[in-house]
Amino acid sequence: MSLKSKLHNLKEKYKGTKMAPAFNALHTFLYLPNETTHGGTHIKAADDLKRTMNTVIMALVPCLIFGMFNAGYQHYLALGQIEAANGFLGASFWTLDNLLVGAMTVLPLVIVSYGVGLAVEFLFAVIKGHEVEEGYLVTGMLVPLIVPVDIPLWMLAVAVIFGVVIGKEVFGGTGMNILNPALTIRAFLFFAYPTWMSGDKVWVHGAKEMAGTPDAISGETILGYYAKAGQELTIAGTNGGSDIVTTYGDRAAELYSYSDMFWGLIPGSVGETSKFLIIIGALFLIFTKIGSWRIMLSTVIGALVMGLIFNGVVDAGWITESSKFYGLMDVPFWQHLIIGSVLFGAVYMATDPVTAAQTNKGKWIYGFLIGFISIMIRVFNPAYPEGVFLAILLMNVFAPTIDHYVVQANVKKRMKRLKVKTA
Amino acid sequence: MGKDSKLILDPLADNNPITIQVLGICSALAITAELEASIVMSISVLFVLGVGNVVISLMRNIIPSKIRIIVQLIVVATLVIIVDLVLKAFAYELSKTLSVFVGLIITNCIIMGRFEAFALGNGPWRSFLDGIGNALGYAIILIIVGFFRELLGSGTLLGMKVLGDPIEKTGLYAIGYEDNGFMLLSPMALIVVGIIIWVQRSRNKSLIED
Repeated sequence: MSLKSKLHNLKEKYKGTKMAPAFNALHTFLYLPNETTHGGTHIKAADDLKRTMNTVIMALVPCLIFGMFNAGYQHYLALGQIEAANGFLGASFWTLDNLLVGAMTVLPLVIVSYGVGLAVEFLFAVIKGHEVEEGYLVTGMLVPLIVPVDIPLWMLAVAVIFGVVIGKEVFGGTGMNILNPALTIRAFLFFAYPTWMSGDKVWVHGAKEMAGTPDAISGETILGYYAKAGQELTIAGTNGGSDIVTTYGDRAAELYSYSDMFWGLIPGSVGETSKFLIIIGALFLIFTKIGSWRIMLSTVIGALVMGLIFNGVVDAGWITESSKFYGLMDVPFWQHLIIGSVLFGAVYMATDPVTAAQTNKGKWIYGFLIGFISIMIRVFNPAYPEGVFLAILLMNVFAPTIDHYVVQANVKKRMKRLKVKTA
Repeated sequence: MGKDSKLILDPLADNNPITIQVLGICSALAITAELEASIVMSISVLFVLGVGNVVISLMRNIIPSKIRIIVQLIVVATLVIIVDLVLKAFAYELSKTLSVFVGLIITNCIIMGRFEAFALGNGPWRSFLDGIGNALGYAIILIIVGFFRELLGSGTLLGMKVLGDPIEKTGLYAIGYEDNGFMLLSPMALIVVGIIIWVQRSRNKSLIED
């Protein structure tokens, strides 16, 4: 007897017992269920929830693998043990050493995220007696990609429990949630343990541990540098040389080129640095019709428009270099797309079909505002120069309202047409 | 007596002013970051509501119904000023923590609600029990929320470092534990109250409204 039919028999045996949902979950995860809908007409389609989820995970895997290499690369680069890679295929990037460090730091994040998250899902399936939902598959993959590499695992576990229970289960599970669970988890971490989620010590593996020692390394993101662009920075001279005095803005330009930012050889959350792989993932999602191109495009447009407005403010001379917002306002508008996580948010987070706007017009408005508000928070947030996750969570809340007005506008338009005809 | 005991027991659980009637939320979110403040706030409300209910009940037949709200306000305001002065005299530090929220007991919906709904139509003894019951129902929730917020947010209970010292790295902090800063923010209080409501309603399905 094959494993498949054995499982089917076991399923019949356990039917109606307390453990049935948990068992069914495991079964559906491995094989297609052997039940069909009873009665009525129905359409048979292959792209069920599980297939949809798996497609998104496939789009995320390149980011994860790149993230592992990058975690090791940034670590060794900051220690000064390797040369800068200069480009995507740089010799010092795709090395086994980098992968080993990356795997040691990133894989535990993935395991904790999936282990804890799925445990909570199973628990709720058993308590409520419904089928387990596949909704966590994507969330579990997104979570390790949007946190700093060195986040303690117990914090991640606590945040995952919070995110799945408060972000999703209280509303009734997958498909009923208002907020994106992965971003709820990140927001929880951000507000609960800010020292681990922001600042200049957390974005490179080892930076937090070595802080305060003579070997201290910088774990600052490019956004962090730009936020302090005008301030003076003193770098201790190497090998007894004299100290170098520069500004944060110049230092960032010296360390990272535009191509580094595009290919992703920069410090940041685990999976969001490579804009190239995110664009590949976006094309894949658009091609498979899983992700909405309207949301992705409008988010990018929104970010560009806000960037242009800030550039305009600087050009008009309304803000001078003494202002603390000058550094980030002065960033060329297109550069906002390749630093920080606007693209990652636009492609993988904003397009979540449950929490996004549903109508086509609504999607344009929803995406545009996400991009717009992201850049606004990024520039004006003094403590933490990034705001994509906050912008998306905010728009998640407003998505139903946007839909409501889009639908009402359509109803009004049609009523008018009806009146003209009947009159 | 069975009827009277219901007056006290009902507001503790099945007719709780915070979790069922959703009154008095404002102060429940604002002052529960520390357990001590929650307890003092609870005692203040207990005093104001218990005495206030009796006073209103005694005057219920002589208050003209057109100006009853003003009369009620005067009674609450008098009692709140007494509480405020007592706090300032004997627990000055604490009164600074509670700041305006002692004064805002006047606007606590639970108090006006009980005056309107109960004390105006019942005798002093029953009104007293009702006031005590509702204040205790309010106190239970405040103390639960305050307990979790102070324990998880600051690692202390009533100011005592029960989880160890975060600076000296003793106790739980020695193995890498850190306080949850989110617990100290008001949104988390709302979530904790929400969880209490969730647990309560899933244990007693009859409380779920459509």
